[in-house]
Amino acid sequence: MTAISHAAPQDAALPKVKVDVLPLLLVPLLALLMLPLVGSFPTWVTLTVAGLAMGMMVFMMASGLTLIFGLMDVLNFGHGAFVSVGAFTATLALLPMKSWVEADSVLMNLSVLGLAILLAMLVTGILGWAFERIIIRPVYGLHLKQILITMGGMIVAEQLIHVIWGAEQIPLQLPTTFRGAFIFGDAALEKYRLIAVGVGLTVFVTMFLVLNRTKVGLLIRAGVENGEMVEALGYRIRRLFVGVFMAGSALAGLGGVMWGLYKETLTAAIGGEITVLVFIVIIIGGLGSVGGCFIGAMLVALVANYAGFLAPKVALVSDILLMVMVLLWRPQGLYPVAKR
Amino acid sequence: MIRTLLSGDLPRSRLLSAMLLAVFFGLALAPFLVPGARSLNVAATICVFVVLVASYDLLLGYTGIVSFAHTMFYGIGAYGVGLALHGMGPSWWAIFVGTAGALALSLVLALVIGLFSLRVRAIFYAMITLAVAAAFAVVASQLSDLTGGEDGRTFKVPELLQPSYRLLDAEILGRAIDGKLITYYLVFFSALALFLLMLRIVNSPFGRVLQAIRENDFRAEALGYRTVIYRTLANCLGALIATLAGVLMALWLRYVGPKTMLSFEVMTDILLIVVIGGMGTIYGAVIGSALFILVQNYLQVLMAQASASLSGVPLLANLFHPDRWLLWLGVLFVLSVYFFPTGIVGRLRSKALARRSP
Repeated sequence: MTAISHAAPQDAALPKVKVDVLPLLLVPLLALLMLPLVGSFPTWVTLTVAGLAMGMMVFMMASGLTLIFGLMDVLNFGHGAFVSVGAFTATLALLPMKSWVEADSVLMNLSVLGLAILLAMLVTGILGWAFERIIIRPVYGLHLKQILITMGGMIVAEQLIHVIWGAEQIPLQLPTTFRGAFIFGDAALEKYRLIAVGVGLTVFVTMFLVLNRTKVGLLIRAGVENGEMVEALGYRIRRLFVGVFMAGSALAGLGGVMWGLYKETLTAAIGGEITVLVFIVIIIGGLGSVGGCFIGAMLVALVANYAGFLAPKVALVSDILLMVMVLLWRPQGLYPVAKR
Repeated sequence: MIRTLLSGDLPRSRLLSAMLLAVFFGLALAPFLVPGARSLNVAATICVFVVLVASYDLLLGYTGIVSFAHTMFYGIGAYGVGLALHGMGPSWWAIFVGTAGALALSLVLALVIGLFSLRVRAIFYAMITLAVAAAFAVVASQLSDLTGGEDGRTFKVPELLQPSYRLLDAEILGRAIDGKLITYYLVFFSALALFLLMLRIVNSPFGRVLQAIRENDFRAEALGYRTVIYRTLANCLGALIATLAGVLMALWLRYVGPKTMLSFEVMTDILLIVVIGGMGTIYGAVIGSALFILVQNYLQVLMAQASASLSGVPLLANLFHPDRWLLWLGVLFVLSVYFFPTGIVGRLRSKALARRSP
């Protein structure tokens, strides 16, 4: 035998990754199931779009949190603070540039919204860096302390917002051309909701592409799977941590701007209130899974909207019921992340 | 005698003993020491919070479980008694029915949440309890036919506890022996009994197992203790005692409402107190509650003065605005998690220990 037999030919394909399709089907299935229950098609369209818009906004806020948890095993109970700070920072652009907000031109409205988002993401990103540095770095690996300390950080951040912006509610005006609704037949689709869906989809697609098509994304996914191994291969996982934390915080800031404009009034508690929903979403999705988080956000928001229409009393606890049902089916969430 | 009462878990520090004695006598004699309804209210709130926070310490400090549903159980107790008295009229029977119903509901909820989520990791339990508690608060404020919604319910207590009731015609030490005083001592002695009970629990073999689970649950399991069962039991005990604390608070205030009983602020208060006072000590609840509630009621006066003197400086004046007292306690909380993880009580004890064995 002179030839050394290779274990496998070099160009053999890697084994196919199994795609778990069942959770993917949940969202369309739920929407279709509700159609006969809601009864009228236009109402159903309105409800579904409203649910999708809300889901997109929740996804923006939740995706960063779930990624941070997956990569660093840190659950940031103060994540809501970034949502609040993002929303309040947006007022710094939206209130002085009132004329642009009130102008009846799509371009001006879009640019002022873009500016507000950019500013909010910048500020929350930097804040995220500081938060990681000061609050979280000393407590890596200690869950109990993490929960306590991030909770404390949240309290302080909320109070600081009061100090800087005052304790009163701030009314926030939607840009002129984003108000009102498109009418298709009998179905009314609010313009701002469509914008929220657009922004949310952009975030999701970008995130998907970055995670699956770039080297940084590869490293992040590898880090979620097995951080020590990534480190052993010579990559500085600490820098990755900081980068992801900043990105996650900035996303929360973005979600905060969108959510604040959606609610049209701002209070410092806005982040704390949404945190509960965000937690439910990432539990449903499976802690650490971005795809699961997306589906979870859609499910929670759709169920909340349908339930609000069909049985308002049930809507109060619909997200908890949904969570219980999902966890009974898959105790680790829709897409369990292997390590955790 | 004292050793038996305290279950052999003495303060073990002179300064700590002095502080505890000061709090004890301060609370025991509060109606005679300080005049006025406000200070008596402060004293009663301290009594209730000692129980509430100590029962939370049972979870956080002794078992290492982070729960955000503690206010829910507190609220169940308060609403149970409040709604029973509101619906059935002021009688001792109504108090009994309300308390029993609330205890049963708390037990079931704690058991369900515990069995459902305690088998997984600590972080998971924290998130689930947060979600459940938030949903409960929403439901309680939405079912306005039953609970009175955002406004809550005021109700009458049995005649013996009403402020207009006079037990004796004469005054003692310049204080009329009225229903308010009787209610205060009802709250005080119930709180004392519950506190001693909890001290007994954590110093029993059962309490040792809880501490073992906190330190290393894998090892505790390996030693043959079913950690899920112990965790769930601790959870139920904590919930039941918190319910009783809620009952006491409702009897004292003669009012139940979502803001004072169920809001997340109460939860953050509990967290702040237990960490600043000292986790895993039970005594921390006493020192922490006394300090926190005094600060809550009297720091604002100081801050108002500071704010007034700084009124020329825009941001600084806001920083010392009386409503911002929580900011400073929040900072203190973060610092104490880093630098004094055992809180005031743990700090005092380790100092005393260092002095004894040089």
